[in-house]
Amino acid sequence: MSDLALETPAFETIGLCLSFGALAVASDIDFRLERGARHALIGPNGAGKTSFVNLATGVLSPSAGTIRLGGADITRLPQAARVKRGLARTFQINALFRRLDVLEHVTLAIAERDGVAGGLWRAAGRHRRIIDEAYTLLETLGIEEDALRPVSALAYGQQRLVEIAVALGLSPKVLLLDEPAAGVPSGETGLIIGVVERLPPDIAVLIIEHDMDLVFRLAKTITVLVQGRILVEGPPAQIAADERVREVYLGDRVRQP
Amino acid sequence: MTVKDLDRARSDRNGAIEAFARRHRFRPLEAVPWVAALAAAFVFPGYLPLGAQILATILFVMSADLVVGYAGIVTLGHAAFFGTGAYTAGILAAHGWGEPLSGLVAAAAVSALIGFLSGLVILRTTGLALLMQTLVVAAMLLETANKASSITGGDDGLQGVDVWPIFGVFHFDMFGRVAYGYCLGVLLVGWLVTRQIVHSPFGRSLTGMRENVRRMHAIGAPVFRRRLVVYTISAALAGVSGGLIAQTTQFVGLTSLSLERSGNALIMLTIGGVGRLYGAFIGVPLYMIAQDQFAEIEPVYWYFWIGLLMVAVVMFARGGIIGLVERFRR
Repeated sequence: MSDLALETPAFETIGLCLSFGALAVASDIDFRLERGARHALIGPNGAGKTSFVNLATGVLSPSAGTIRLGGADITRLPQAARVKRGLARTFQINALFRRLDVLEHVTLAIAERDGVAGGLWRAAGRHRRIIDEAYTLLETLGIEEDALRPVSALAYGQQRLVEIAVALGLSPKVLLLDEPAAGVPSGETGLIIGVVERLPPDIAVLIIEHDMDLVFRLAKTITVLVQGRILVEGPPAQIAADERVREVYLGDRVRQP
Repeated sequence: MTVKDLDRARSDRNGAIEAFARRHRFRPLEAVPWVAALAAAFVFPGYLPLGAQILATILFVMSADLVVGYAGIVTLGHAAFFGTGAYTAGILAAHGWGEPLSGLVAAAAVSALIGFLSGLVILRTTGLALLMQTLVVAAMLLETANKASSITGGDDGLQGVDVWPIFGVFHFDMFGRVAYGYCLGVLLVGWLVTRQIVHSPFGRSLTGMRENVRRMHAIGAPVFRRRLVVYTISAALAGVSGGLIAQTTQFVGLTSLSLERSGNALIMLTIGGVGRLYGAFIGVPLYMIAQDQFAEIEPVYWYFWIGLLMVAVVMFARGGIIGLVERFRR
């Protein structure tokens, strides 16, 4: 039994399907994210990458198939319940609280994780342990200097780090990073890569990304999604050498610099 | 906090955490409305009845701020709860139970119930659909009050509201002294409750929903439930405000449920500053005193000037008067 439990993936989908009318954004996706994985999901525009994230997190409901988190079926669970079980995500386009400061972003997430966010009797400022933990998290990401600044005052690259900080505040077991470097000037992608490299090893990380440098730097396994189907999956070297991948993805990139 | 303080706070861990943790603490500036309210009572003793109306309306607009400014729930039907509270307290007093404080408790309870039940239905939508539904709830209540004229007095309004002395001691006098003190005391309690909510983790999460509801879903917040809770609390506070006005004016009219009242609350809130807790304390006195003065000089065109003021606020002072002050202090 214990061997079996060890092999239970952190996250998995079995026969996952979703169509919008005639358009299939997910067809029969069997996907495994191992514990502590550094896994990337790539594919050309419109391949269904973000739909996959939305299915995984419960924003969208699949028309067929099963989604498992740590072996438990979460297919029918609402978004909030999945988060409580350790599934966190970041957004492709920053989804932050523009007028709130950086520290508050993380305290909101931690308060939610600890189940005290509905509390009325104690002022938020009296939850010292939460503020302390939030600040420590900012320090590990190297953005503690901006703790008291509203996110709208930060550079875009810094805001991307706040995105990750909010997700980490939930102490996830599985972290879905939806294009963490999207919109970040090329000089600053190093910052993002550094942060993702330093993520705690026990968190299973799935990176959905366009930026090939970033994918090949970070991922140990790559899944290529094309038109809602898994085309191929394997280690980076194998993916880079795959003719079909070159055809649909890398070739596509060369033609459209 | 000055810029220098802020820089110093940023520079070290403890300073930053301390500055963050202090935000809910009472600041001397927060005593200003209360000192001003007391001073006004002595400086303008002839205006105490108007003053009592202003204080009660501040509570109403503050309750709207909780929903609109903090939780980001746009409503054009907040008068539903004000009117419900007014009719509850008024009908009780007109039918032989004139004890004021229990009247307010009843007003709060009935308004909270209406808020909870309507919220269960309408808070499942957002944006324009939600706005329309808040309008509809208020319109339905207005029509109900209009038709049930045997209880509410219908178009003529509720007559014969007889309120007993507060604590059995303080009789409501014709100069409005007791009414003013009563409204001030109730507003103080309402403000303490609202302030506590705003600074609690619950209140902070409301702010998060206002800023980005998608993200709140993504961190696992029960968004609908929190919206329903704040909508119910806000309805209760609005009900208390309506009860206050019913008891102090000894009259309840259909206008207490009207769209005009809901809209005016938003105008006063916008002038003062939305989502800032003190917007109501600035916007309401300004609006109501101006209305009182203009009504004598130019009764017909008074809305023209309010309209002009609104345009100016929206164009040049998005955060209302408090927003302007914040900008200058920075």
